[in-house]
Amino acid sequence: MTDDKNIAEGLPEPVVQRPRINASLVWLVPIIAALVGLSLVIHAWSDAGPTISVSFQSAEGLDPGKTPVKYKSVVIGKVTTVRLSEDRTHVVAKVALEKSAKSFATADSRFWVVRPRIGLGGVSGIDTLLSGAFIGADVGQSQEPKDDFVGLESPPPVTHGAPGKTFDLHADDLGSLDIGSPIYFRRIQVGRVSSYHLNKDGKGVTLQIFIDAPSDQFVTTSSRFWNASGVDVSLGADGLKVNTQSLATVLAGGVAFQDPPGPHDASPAQENDAFTLFNNMATAMAPPDGEPRYIRMRFSQSLRGLTVDAPVEFLGVPFGRVVSINLDFDEKTQTFPTIVGAVVYPARLGKAHDKLMALAKAQGDDEQMSQMMGRLVDHGLRAQARTGNLLTGQLYIAMDFLPKAPKVEFDGRAKPLEIPTAPGDFDKIQQQIADIVSKIQKVPFDSIGNNLNDTLSELHKTLQQVNGSVLPEVKTTLQGAQKTLGNANNAFAPDSQLQQNLGGSLQELQRAARSLRVLTDYLGDHPDALLRGRRADDKPLQAPLPPPPQDAPTQGSKP
Amino acid sequence: MTDLPRASDLGLIGCHVCRLVCRDVKGDNAVCPRCGSVLHKRKSSSYTRTWALLIAAFMFYVPANVLPIMRTVSLGDVDDNTILSGIIELWVKGSPDLAIIVFTASIMVPVLKFFALSLLLISSQRGSKWAQRQRSKLYRLVEFIGYWSMLDVFVVALLTALVQFGFFSQVEPLPGVVFFGLTVVITMIASMTFDPRLIWDGRDFDD
Repeated sequence: MTDDKNIAEGLPEPVVQRPRINASLVWLVPIIAALVGLSLVIHAWSDAGPTISVSFQSAEGLDPGKTPVKYKSVVIGKVTTVRLSEDRTHVVAKVALEKSAKSFATADSRFWVVRPRIGLGGVSGIDTLLSGAFIGADVGQSQEPKDDFVGLESPPPVTHGAPGKTFDLHADDLGSLDIGSPIYFRRIQVGRVSSYHLNKDGKGVTLQIFIDAPSDQFVTTSSRFWNASGVDVSLGADGLKVNTQSLATVLAGGVAFQDPPGPHDASPAQENDAFTLFNNMATAMAPPDGEPRYIRMRFSQSLRGLTVDAPVEFLGVPFGRVVSINLDFDEKTQTFPTIVGAVVYPARLGKAHDKLMALAKAQGDDEQMSQMMGRLVDHGLRAQARTGNLLTGQLYIAMDFLPKAPKVEFDGRAKPLEIPTAPGDFDKIQQQIADIVSKIQKVPFDSIGNNLNDTLSELHKTLQQVNGSVLPEVKTTLQGAQKTLGNANNAFAPDSQLQQNLGGSLQELQRAARSLRVLTDYLGDHPDALLRGRRADDKPLQAPLPPPPQDAPTQGSKP
Repeated sequence: MTDLPRASDLGLIGCHVCRLVCRDVKGDNAVCPRCGSVLHKRKSSSYTRTWALLIAAFMFYVPANVLPIMRTVSLGDVDDNTILSGIIELWVKGSPDLAIIVFTASIMVPVLKFFALSLLLISSQRGSKWAQRQRSKLYRLVEFIGYWSMLDVFVVALLTALVQFGFFSQVEPLPGVVFFGLTVVITMIASMTFDPRLIWDGRDFDD
C-alpha cells in the first residue's frame, strides 16, 4: 500500500473548481417526458366525442379503425369496431364520433354506408372506389340524445334542413321512377323523388318528391306533373311524334312539371300538396277532361287504318278517342258494318259544353242530352272516318256538321248514344277521281295523235322545200343587190370620175352662162353689132387700169 | 477484495479525456490539469442520470407506439399506421421478413434496452457480483445496437422524401415518429451515461 502511495506522489495535482450544476437536474428530462405524455392523454381524452352504434345489413366496406364517418365530406368520426348482432341478422358498427360532432348523437340523425353506386341515374360515390367506403351522416333538428341507430341501406335523397318543399304525386303506377329520380322544370333538374309507397287500397302509388329551393316556388297550385321517362314515340293520325325529356330520363326515368299555358292560378303550392302524375306532357297539359261519355258509331265502309286510341275530333277539337272497333253483320243488307265505340270528354269542348249544358238544363233535357243531340243531328251532325295521315293511311273520327247529309233517324234513348255517320270525304274524293279518270279515258287520244302527226310531216315537207329551192335564189339576189350597191358606192365616191366630170361640166356651164351675159350686155349697148359685127375697142382714155386679178378677169372677161 | 489494486485503492484518478493519471484529491470538482475536463473516478451521478433518462425514454416510448408514425396516401386512400399496425400490415400483406426486421428494430430493441439498462442499473446498485462478465457484454451490446433502432425513423424520413406523387401516392410523417426518435436518442444517452465500471464495483462505490 505504501508503494501505491508513492506512485501517487509523483503525479500531477488536479485543479479544483467551483461546484458545477447539480446532477439531479437530469430528472427534468423524465418530468418533461411525463408532462408531454400527460398532455397527450388529456388532449385525447378531451377530444373524444360520444360513441354510437349503427346497425347495418352488411359490414361490406366497413373497416374497423379505418372507415370514417363523414358529413358534407368532413370526417366526424371513425368506426372502431364492427361486430355481428346477437341475432346474427345484421352488423353493429361502433362509431367514435369526434367531440365537435356531438350533435350527431341525436334522435333524427341518419347514417348510411356510401359505396360506389352505378345506376342509370348516374354514378355516385366514385371516390369510395379508391378510398374505400365511408359512412355518410345527416343530422336532424332534434336535441334528444340517442346512441343507437339503424343505418339506411341507401343514401337519403333529401338531407335534413335542405331548403325546398315536399309534394305528393298520385300515379297509376311507378313506371320507371325510383327514389332519387330527377324532377325537371323546363328540362333543368330541380328536385328528386324522395320516397314512394303503394296506396293502401292498392289502386295506385303515391310518390313523395322534393323540390329544391328556390325552384320550389315554380310549383303552383295549377302545376301539372307528368312522367318524363322513356321515349314517347307515337305514330298516330296526327303524324309521327317522338318526345323525350333528356337522355338520362330516357334511361332512368324522371318527372317533369310545368304550369299549363294560358291564364291559371299561379300562387305557389303549399308543402305536401298533392298532384296527379300524368303519363305524358300532352295529357298533363290538356284541359281537365271531366266525365267521360261513351258513344257508338256505325260505319258501313271499310275502316282500314282506324285503330283503337285513334282521336275523335269535334269540329277539329280533340274530343275523345276510339276504344273499340267491332264488325257487325246486317242481315237485311247482307253487309258488314263496323261498330266503333269511343270515349269522349265533352268537357274538352270548354265553353261550348258549358253553354250546351246550361241550355239543356233550361229545357229540362235528360242526362244524355238526347234532345239536344237530336237537334244537332238534324242540323247535320255526322261522324266521319277521315284520313289523318295520307302517308300511313291512319284514320280518325271527325264529327262535323254536314248540312247536305241525308236525314237519318236519331234514337236519343239508345244507350250508349249512337251518332249517325256519313261516308268519309276520302271515299267521295275517290269516287270523283274515278269519274274524272273514266272521262279522260273517253278522249280519242289515238286519232288526235295521228292527225297531229300528219300535220307535222306536211310542215316538215314545206320547210324542206323552202330550204332547198327558195333559199339559194334569195342568196343570189342578195349578192346582185350587194354588187349594185358597191357600184353605186364607187360612183358616188368623192374621187370618182363621174364626180369629176360632173364638176367640170358644171364649171363649163357656168362659163357659158357668163359669156352669154357678156354677149347680151354688149348687144344691149351695141345692138348694131348684130349687123356690123363688133367694132374695134375704143382707145383707153387714161392709163390702162392696173391689171386685174389673174384668174377671175381672164375667166370673166374673155368670151 | 482482489489481488490487484484498483486505481481508487492507490488514490489515483484517470482523466476520461486525455487519459492523464492524477492524484485523487477526494474532491468533487477536480479538473484535469492537462486538458481541463472534469475528473471523476466513475461517471458522475451515473445511476441518477441513467435512471432519469431511462424513465424519460420509457415515457416517450408510450406515445411513440400509440400515436401513428406515418400516413400513406395512395389513390385517395388515407392510411395512418402506428409502429405495431405497420408491422402487422407488412406481415399480412406478405412481407414477413420486413415485418420481422421492423419488429426487431422498433419494438424488440428499445424494449431490450429498457430491460437491459434497468437490469444493469439495479444489479450494479445492489453491488451484485452475479454474472458480471455477461453483464458487461450486455452493456456493450446495448451500446452497439443503440444506433440501429433508428431504423423506423429512417424509413419514415426516406419514404416521406421519396414518395411524393400527389394524389397517387404520398407519405407524410406523423407525431409518433418524433416520440420514437426521442425514445431512441434518450436511451442512447442513457446507455452512454451508464458507467460500465460500476458493474465491477460491487459495494465499494455507491455513487
